[in-house]
Amino acid sequence: MTDTAYDLVVIGAGPGGYVAAIRAAQLGMKTAVIEREHLGGICLNWGCIPAKALLRSAEAFHLMRRADEFGLTAEGVGFNLEKIVARSRAVSKKLAGGVGYLLKKNKVTVIDGTAKLKTAGVVTVTNKDGKPLPEISAKHIIIATGARARTLPGLEAGNRLIWTYKQALVADTMPKSLLVVGSGAIGIEFASFFNTLGAKTTVIEVLDRVLPTEDAEISALARKAFERQGMTIHTGAKVDALKAGFGSVNASLQLADGQSETLTVDRVILAVGITGNVEGLGLEELGVKVEHGHIVTGDFGETGVPGVYAIGDVAGAPWLAHKASHEAIICVEKIAGLPDIHPLDAQNIPGCTYCTPQVASVGLSETAAKEAGYEVRVGRFPFQANGKAIALGEPDGLVKTVFDAKTGALLGAHMIGAEVTEMIQGYAIGKTLETTEAELMHTVFPHPTLSEAMHEATLDHQGKQA
Amino acid sequence: MPIQILMPALSPTMEEGKLAKWLIKEGDEITSGKIIAEIETDKATMEVEAVEEGTVGRILVAEGTEGVAVNAPIAVLLAEGEDKSALDKPLPAPVVASASQSSATRTAGASSPSAASSDINANGHAAERMFASPVARRLASEKGIDLRAIKGSGPHGRIVRSDVEEAAASGSAKPAVSPGQALVPSNKSALSGVAMPDNQIIATYEQGSFESVPHDNMRKTIAARLVQAKQSIPHFYLTIDCELDALLEARQRLNMRSPKDEDKAYRLSVNDFIIKAMGLALRRVPKANATWTEENMLYHKHSDVAVAVAVEGGLFTPVIRNVESKSLVEISRQMRDLADRARRRRLAPHEYQGGTTAISNLGMFGIRQFDAVINPPQATILAVGQGEKRPVVKGDKIVAVTMMTVTLSCDHRVVDGALGAQLLSAFKSHIEEPVTMLL
Repeated sequence: MTDTAYDLVVIGAGPGGYVAAIRAAQLGMKTAVIEREHLGGICLNWGCIPAKALLRSAEAFHLMRRADEFGLTAEGVGFNLEKIVARSRAVSKKLAGGVGYLLKKNKVTVIDGTAKLKTAGVVTVTNKDGKPLPEISAKHIIIATGARARTLPGLEAGNRLIWTYKQALVADTMPKSLLVVGSGAIGIEFASFFNTLGAKTTVIEVLDRVLPTEDAEISALARKAFERQGMTIHTGAKVDALKAGFGSVNASLQLADGQSETLTVDRVILAVGITGNVEGLGLEELGVKVEHGHIVTGDFGETGVPGVYAIGDVAGAPWLAHKASHEAIICVEKIAGLPDIHPLDAQNIPGCTYCTPQVASVGLSETAAKEAGYEVRVGRFPFQANGKAIALGEPDGLVKTVFDAKTGALLGAHMIGAEVTEMIQGYAIGKTLETTEAELMHTVFPHPTLSEAMHEATLDHQGKQA
Repeated sequence: MPIQILMPALSPTMEEGKLAKWLIKEGDEITSGKIIAEIETDKATMEVEAVEEGTVGRILVAEGTEGVAVNAPIAVLLAEGEDKSALDKPLPAPVVASASQSSATRTAGASSPSAASSDINANGHAAERMFASPVARRLASEKGIDLRAIKGSGPHGRIVRSDVEEAAASGSAKPAVSPGQALVPSNKSALSGVAMPDNQIIATYEQGSFESVPHDNMRKTIAARLVQAKQSIPHFYLTIDCELDALLEARQRLNMRSPKDEDKAYRLSVNDFIIKAMGLALRRVPKANATWTEENMLYHKHSDVAVAVAVEGGLFTPVIRNVESKSLVEISRQMRDLADRARRRRLAPHEYQGGTTAISNLGMFGIRQFDAVINPPQATILAVGQGEKRPVVKGDKIVAVTMMTVTLSCDHRVVDGALGAQLLSAFKSHIEEPVTMLL
């Protein structure tokens, strides 16, 4: 075996790619990972992690402004955007370094460059200067190239005034007014951040509710909370045109009632979904099937071309780092021939949005469960009746459970309120273990915690037929 | 550390059995190889040998207990130097199958299985845990599926929802009879397949006009398998008359040549010839030497012929293997040995499992002709009547000929009419010209 012959080559070192490479190395495969930009991918560098760092600053700022409510004195409360962004970048850098260390520790070869599949077993790499590196051969190739912000025709983003998440994460000025296009997790998190720091924020969503993948009841509560915080929200509406001026953008909106409206804002953030990084990889020539910007895969990442697999964002929704990491593990273990590998059940993947209040969910919404033909029982419990929530000063929130009336199986759980992103794993574990309401009811929840609301929402479903 | 003696699996599919008899008592010194107990399975009573040596510390399952699960501890041995106090350390409780707990047919005087397990639980030890997801458990109890019959596909073999759903869809969790084996059904309705409940049947007869005898394992197995056979196998029957005079003459000549030396002496029976003829007929018509499975047809390379042997309280069908290549004397000796051990219920499971066809001979009772029920997974069975002198037209004359009528029951999924007829005529030609059996 030469130096450039590997058992497994992973293209992309994001939360899918680096996890795949490390797992493969642990299983004894000679492994390389090719990354064109940053170890850790979008998640670590331009997504989940730096966004959470920004939101933490906003949260602290929000609490400082509420100091009086808690009997505290805080005068001259303010912020320095440059420092907030600098902290966020430092967090990313620290974690990206950790990924580099992990790869090295597991003896994964890291190749800086842009990869292309020449054939099913051969990868060509060019470095940053466009010079070709030695060809690499691999028995197995995992494509984990991730995704990038989708742009809409006519709404070009990625400049000084019209941002995608990438510019928004390193904002150089605090906009006085902001238009966020799209109310999925990314859009809502930025809206929440800038709104908390004082930007006059407008959110526009083409579907009929914000956070449209969440349970409708949660969406409605989230919208109310955002509006109370001063956001303007237009649902069932779209942006016809964005016209960049010298220091501001003129947006032509078409609202739900058919009325047109023109809005002038300092900045626009486009968050209308993402599209897979499928270009330039030589996929078409190999016969790898790409549909709607994403690689079509089987249960374990197989693409239909022997020896070529795809995982994570490039392989389609849900676009979540933890989904990519899990797909990485099962794909590699399947390649290694380990027994008892089970395909990922999308219904067991939790989703979290770190706005204020936080939103988290796992499994089927009430509507989706009914559409799937289940006879459902729904339980609800508001934070207003939870001692810890009141003590924390966070009484706005709801836990909602959806059970199958026939088998008692937990079908879905939906939460809004403080810290719910940390709580959802309780239901995710239950769901993965195929729990029924009985085991949740028999579980002792510690007092006083916000999690008690999860217990109460389970007890509440009994006898309440939705 | 005391050594547990576990309920052995005496056949690949055995799940539980009756602890028929203990041959040891507490305090006995035992060495490896000593026969310690008799276990009654669906068909046979088997002796269990000790593997370890030591002093019998405690007998956990009382003699006569039915439905003792395979691998449940049945006794505890103390190693050298250990005294009885070592027994008070935690030991897992025996697993007692629920089927036997619901059984009303427990042997008088035997301690009940539930009592045996509660003895152990009184010492604070939990019963063995069954790993199944909560949803799987609930679905199984709703659908009346026995989780123990399901193989889990989850982590560490945990039974998950989809396993129960698949079992429900395929019916595989019900006590199916796998090739060559008999399982004791876990519920009574499967025994007989009759919808009429017991109390209704009993009410039909005048009280005191009958004696009620609980079914033993053999009776349960016969009932379950024959119901299954008649319900699932499309039977048809072919009858033919065979002339027997040439065979009887050959038999007499061969038997006269039997060595006087007792070890080498033989006495061929008509049945030995019938077994050999059937084995050879299957070789001549190999398509009939087959077994039905839902996916495939299994064409067998050897003629393994099962022979029904009536015993007190039922019957066994020991199998003579590779009949096509065995001599008549070998067949005869083996048959004698198998029949003898069958009557004493000392057959090992592998001796009565499998087989590609079967022979049932009721000629000795004066039966002229009858139809036999196929013993799954075999595809055919030959019912043999008595040899008798009958008037037969030969040329234009009526002559007295020794005739034997045989009827072949065929599984139509495997053997079509013409194929069955070919097999039967091949059999007839071997019987009528016994010299061809030498080929």
